[in-house]
Amino acid sequence: MGLTHQSTGVGIMKEMFQVKVESAEDIIVALAGNPNTGKSTVFNSLTGLKQHTGNWPGKTVANAQGKFTHKNKNFILVDLPGSYSLMSSSVEEEIARDFICFGRPNVTVVVTDATCLERNLNLVLQILEITSNVVVCVNLIDEAKRKGIQIELNKLSGILGVPVVGTNARDGEGLKELKNAVYAVAIGKVKTEPVKLCYDDIIEQAVKILEPAVGRVVDNKINSRWVALKLIDGEKTIIDSLKKHLGFNILEDDELKEKLTDAKNLLTQNGLGPDGFRDRIVSKVINFAEETCKNIINFNNKQHNALDRKIDRILTSRALGIPIMILLLGVVFWITIQGANYPSELLATGLFWIEERMTDLFVSIGLPDWLLGILVLGAYRTLAWVISVMLPPMAIFFPLFTLLEDLGYLPRVAFNLDNFFKKACAHGKQALTMCMGFGCNAAGVIACRIIDSPRERLIATITNNFVPCNGRFPTLIALATIFIAGNTGPFKSIVATLSVLGAILLGVIITLVVSRVLSQTILKGLPSSFTLELPPYRKPQIGRILIRSLLDRTLFVLTRAVMVAAPAGLIIWLMANLNIGGISILNHCARLLNPIGCLLGLDGYILIAFILGFPANEIVIPIIIMSYMATGAIMELDSLQALRDLLVANGWTWLTAVCTMLFSLNHFPCGTTMLTIRKETQSNKWTWISFIVPTVTGIIVCFTVAQTVRLLGLV
Amino acid sequence: MSKDLLPLHMLPIGSIGKVINLTSMGNVRRRMLDLGLIPDTEVEAVVKSPSGDPVAYQIRGAVIALRSEEASKILIEKI
Repeated sequence: MGLTHQSTGVGIMKEMFQVKVESAEDIIVALAGNPNTGKSTVFNSLTGLKQHTGNWPGKTVANAQGKFTHKNKNFILVDLPGSYSLMSSSVEEEIARDFICFGRPNVTVVVTDATCLERNLNLVLQILEITSNVVVCVNLIDEAKRKGIQIELNKLSGILGVPVVGTNARDGEGLKELKNAVYAVAIGKVKTEPVKLCYDDIIEQAVKILEPAVGRVVDNKINSRWVALKLIDGEKTIIDSLKKHLGFNILEDDELKEKLTDAKNLLTQNGLGPDGFRDRIVSKVINFAEETCKNIINFNNKQHNALDRKIDRILTSRALGIPIMILLLGVVFWITIQGANYPSELLATGLFWIEERMTDLFVSIGLPDWLLGILVLGAYRTLAWVISVMLPPMAIFFPLFTLLEDLGYLPRVAFNLDNFFKKACAHGKQALTMCMGFGCNAAGVIACRIIDSPRERLIATITNNFVPCNGRFPTLIALATIFIAGNTGPFKSIVATLSVLGAILLGVIITLVVSRVLSQTILKGLPSSFTLELPPYRKPQIGRILIRSLLDRTLFVLTRAVMVAAPAGLIIWLMANLNIGGISILNHCARLLNPIGCLLGLDGYILIAFILGFPANEIVIPIIIMSYMATGAIMELDSLQALRDLLVANGWTWLTAVCTMLFSLNHFPCGTTMLTIRKETQSNKWTWISFIVPTVTGIIVCFTVAQTVRLLGLV
Repeated sequence: MSKDLLPLHMLPIGSIGKVINLTSMGNVRRRMLDLGLIPDTEVEAVVKSPSGDPVAYQIRGAVIALRSEEASKILIEKI
């Protein structure tokens, strides 16, 4: 299938580390660390940037760069992907390793989790083997304190031979000390003497054979002991990376090649094969970390994780795990639907009041009718609709979802759902990428990088669109509210919630089925290995989340409304008002598409709306409204009731609404997502497949539903 | 204390085992090593997912979920 690294997104990632340096004086700081140690928070606190943070491993899959100034020096901070090790050849680890090794950072800061230091030291020790300019940041120090974990930072610094700073990045605690330490190491004020791990005699002998030759070949630009160890280990990616950065293949050097064979022979003669060699290396590192922690950490409370375990036992239990998950999602949607009503109407009233004033103004200055139409009825009205229908649900849903994310609930979702994904021959972390899709499918596609296996990453990418993103579920909510929950009185919002929930569960089921089908056909294969960390629960920063994601979403929606919705509104108005042979272009198109639309339980206008909605899904409903209004019934659209009347007047039944919802759930990804898929997969073929698979699924689902319902005479 | 070897996925919830040997090779083995699963490491089975697989284990202070495919290739001794 040609699932090479080139075709599955690794190529693109490697090009991402173009560090933008403003002057030669700038100090480059690499930020490394295990996933989920608060690395992104450290990054944000240092640079003042607003990178999205979340409590699940693998959050930082894209890399960020930021700047800060300290003591009149410019520091460029490069956030590396989180990794547990530099050895197991996942894409993230390769990138982190290559940057530390070849990106020449002046200082590498390793962020560690104070509540789980032993595990984190593994990475610290591996980085110390590559470079000596390291500062260790022990983050989440307050959480450790709360759990009764006491760490002697000075002693740790003594053992490791590099500065160690305790921080609590959320509150900014210790950041000044961290900057001081980075500064001191960068200008050479503090000389670091990193601890050197001595391996078994036989390994040391093998290294001794090879190291001088390596030192000569790489011209001591890179730590030769480390390269020697990697070469003996037989790690292929390091040879490729060396070739790329040095400009030649070091294995072409005859002496080096000879010495490498000698070293390997020596090991084999002593019974150490490749796996054995690596076992010894890893064991040494891990044992050293264990010893170190015994010396510097005091556990005052052995049961510090008891509460987390208790919560886990409920949230992942056989009886309650999945019901609680669905319930939580339902509550989130219920709050969204309930909460969005009022601001939606308020916004609509306000924006349409402005429309009237605008019309008055334009008429009074004598603007011609067609220009008035384009600007007010076309561009402005669509914009107003996008804002009033889409903004409130997004602005409520997003912070709620971020809250769950911050708590650490998402990895539990992946844990609960893993078995389903395994049965679909997919990766358990696909549940995480699916969750990201709720926010934005493009983000979901990028998140697929956390899946190492190229095959499973493609499955996750292709199926991500089956989760309704932020731009689509307001459509689901609006239609569910007015058509399905229409006359249920006091239970209206509950019925609407259940409908939306049903749509999402259907999306998940379709994801699983399609994943399974892909695994059996064009992406054949068995599930790869899977490990998932369940991080400790953390108290979310409620205030900050609310404000940040509220502003974030508002800004996002407003920008998209101006950039996409307004121009689209303009085009659709033109299409509806320019006539060819006495019939508008819009009607021509709608008539053309109408037969297909009818088969799917839709109509021609709805199909056009989906096609024109390609740049951004949130404009689908506004386009439908615009088309219907332009074809006759002009009315004041300032409530959902008015919307219902308009749709019914144009022949909508509950079946039309259901089919529109289904097609909204299952159709081609939006433009941004398509571009992202192209970028991530580096392949036109997989981009097209990502386009075709959901579209065909949507056609099949809508066709089946529409025809069945009609056959049974339910409409 | 029994000397019987047990694959990790057979370890009952709440029990602790000591790693004796890894039978996986190559990439999977690397990943297990990165989790700190070297001989003599203590592992506790913490919680099962709703379907019984994967299971979360406490390994060197972190809680890691493993599918039975991976866990069955980790031989332990129950303590």
